[in-house]
Amino acid sequence: MSTATPTPSTDETSRRDFLYVATGSVAAVGAVSVAWPLISQMNPDASTLAMASSEIDIGAIPAGQIVTVKWRGKPVFIRHRTADEIKAAQDGDNASMPDPATDKSRVQKPEWLIVIGVCTHLGCIPLGNQGEYNGWFCPCHGSVYDTSGRIRKGPAPRNLDVPPYAFLTDTKVKIG
Amino acid sequence: MHGLSTFEPKNGFVKWLEARLPILSFAHGSFVAYPTPKNLNYWWTFGAILSFMLIAQIITGVVLTMHYTPEATLAFSSVEKIMRDVNWGWLFRYAHANGASMFFLAVYIHMFRGLYYGSYKNPREVLWILGVIIFLLMMATGFMGYVLVWGQMSFWGATVITNLFSAIPIFGNEITTWLWGGYSVDNPTLNRFFALHYLLPFVIFAVVGLHVWALHVTGQNNPDGVEIKDVEKDCVPFTPHATMKDGLGVVVFLLLYCWFIFYVPNYLGDADNYIPANPLKTPPHIVPEWYFLPFYAILRAIPDKLAGVIAMFAAIAVLAFLPWLDKSPVRSAKYRPMYKALFWAFVVVSIGLGYCGAMPAAEPYVTVSRVLSLLYFGFFAILPFLPRWEKTLPVPATIAEAVLAKSGKVEPPKPEPVKAAPAKAPTKSTRLWK
Ligand code: HEM
Ligand code: FES
Repeated sequence: MSTATPTPSTDETSRRDFLYVATGSVAAVGAVSVAWPLISQMNPDASTLAMASSEIDIGAIPAGQIVTVKWRGKPVFIRHRTADEIKAAQDGDNASMPDPATDKSRVQKPEWLIVIGVCTHLGCIPLGNQGEYNGWFCPCHGSVYDTSGRIRKGPAPRNLDVPPYAFLTDTKVKIG
Repeated sequence: MHGLSTFEPKNGFVKWLEARLPILSFAHGSFVAYPTPKNLNYWWTFGAILSFMLIAQIITGVVLTMHYTPEATLAFSSVEKIMRDVNWGWLFRYAHANGASMFFLAVYIHMFRGLYYGSYKNPREVLWILGVIIFLLMMATGFMGYVLVWGQMSFWGATVITNLFSAIPIFGNEITTWLWGGYSVDNPTLNRFFALHYLLPFVIFAVVGLHVWALHVTGQNNPDGVEIKDVEKDCVPFTPHATMKDGLGVVVFLLLYCWFIFYVPNYLGDADNYIPANPLKTPPHIVPEWYFLPFYAILRAIPDKLAGVIAMFAAIAVLAFLPWLDKSPVRSAKYRPMYKALFWAFVVVSIGLGYCGAMPAAEPYVTVSRVLSLLYFGFFAILPFLPRWEKTLPVPATIAEAVLAKSGKVEPPKPEPVKAAPAKAPTKSTRLWK
């Protein structure tokens, strides 16, 4: 019947091999293009991303007080530091700590310390004016922060994060 | 030979069905004729108890879902509505909440049983690993269920546990944001936890199916840890013997379960979870549910974030390697004096860790949990070396012999070296009735 001599598959690449590889590749691309939306849908949605920045009037905060405001669903501490607290923070600059930073690098104005109020260990909210350094103490697993929000003791790996912010006037600050 | 009795349908419909889907003979082979070792004790009823609890959780869970609202501003009040307004709502919620505790109590006993009698050894490695997977799935399910209430402990427990992933190098923060669907635990987190809390029990159900399948391939282990040699002499049929014994086990367990539901329904819970979630205030003392405490203690014992998280997961993962860590040819702790002592030390260490996990992160608990964490891992580290020092006791040759020796009908087995004794793949005769 047929005159074509069937080539015994040796190391020669056959049409069939090509079709297998091509089919496999298309299937792989298909699988990835389905997996991507499946994974990506779990990331923050547009409304969460669009969360506006917050403007806060800080004129009424007396020295020595910490005010907590909400930004991106997280608490932000605005601490009006007293002269003693500023001095304690600056004196601490040369102490050995897990995440060394000078007090100067963490504030725009020495009286105002603005940090995200989320413990860098596992996310609890530290308690103000507590702990060995009178900065913050995290009740969850005992992390101790100083009056510059730097981690001094306990399991937290990083200092309290400083959010992006700007002073609009002397009494108004915009976070975000 | 087909096990201890055969399934011979007489009824016309049954014959018709058998020819098309042999489900009845399958059920008969698995739950009626299935040969169970004669020497099983009540620790072997926990498999049935666990199956019962899984069904109970699914039924009460579906009922709760009919009245629950998975939305951050409404979730807490919908749970309160279940408690106050829904007909019998309090019963279903207390049954579900305490059911989770009972489920974990049973699974811990079941696992310690396996540990004591060496049930993880050749040829039951896959059976054991499937069990570890079920345990992990249960932990994920229990954790997410607890979040659904959206009380203070729900919220802050969720925050602390999801933050564990932020310890992962480089991508940690991206992964946590992805898990949350936002920048903190919030409504998107609650929604996805609800979807997964509904899904995972059915995944558990499927893995339990595999677990039982693997069990029916290798056959059950037994208190003496010797394989079945002769089905007729060593075994009794599952029904009525195991059915009745399991039934009694379930009923006694139900008494305890009911005592919790009707007398102390909130004893195992945390009062803080009756306060609605407040993202701006952490409760002074965060504790997970009791069944997570030993692992939580290990997490807190280590002063480094990443190392703490690794140690915590390792404490569970190490269980999966047990079949290869324990090199003794003898299965049951009954015949392993050193292992037996070590086993009980391990039980005490685990309970001690649980106790430390419930205490505040202060001295002396920190030091104690460090020592106990070391001992916990020490147990697994010492197992491979144990056979070098341990002189095992003579193991009975067969289950029948063990049973007869116990009732004094036969001389106890003569001391003989037991080096190559059990740990063998199932012999031909034990495979016949699978
Ligand atoms: C493996 C089985 C399961 C376990 C271990 C488990 C565990 C839990 C836990 C610990 C809670 C919190 C209870 C409380 O404090 O009130 C909970 C709540 C809840 N579960 Fe489950 N669950 C399981 C199966 C299911 C299933 C199958 C469903 C639905 C089909 C479900 C639906 C719910 C709902 C709606 C809630 C919130 C209402 C409430 O808190 O009472 N659960 N679950
Ligand atoms: S979350 Fe603050 S110390 Fe763990």
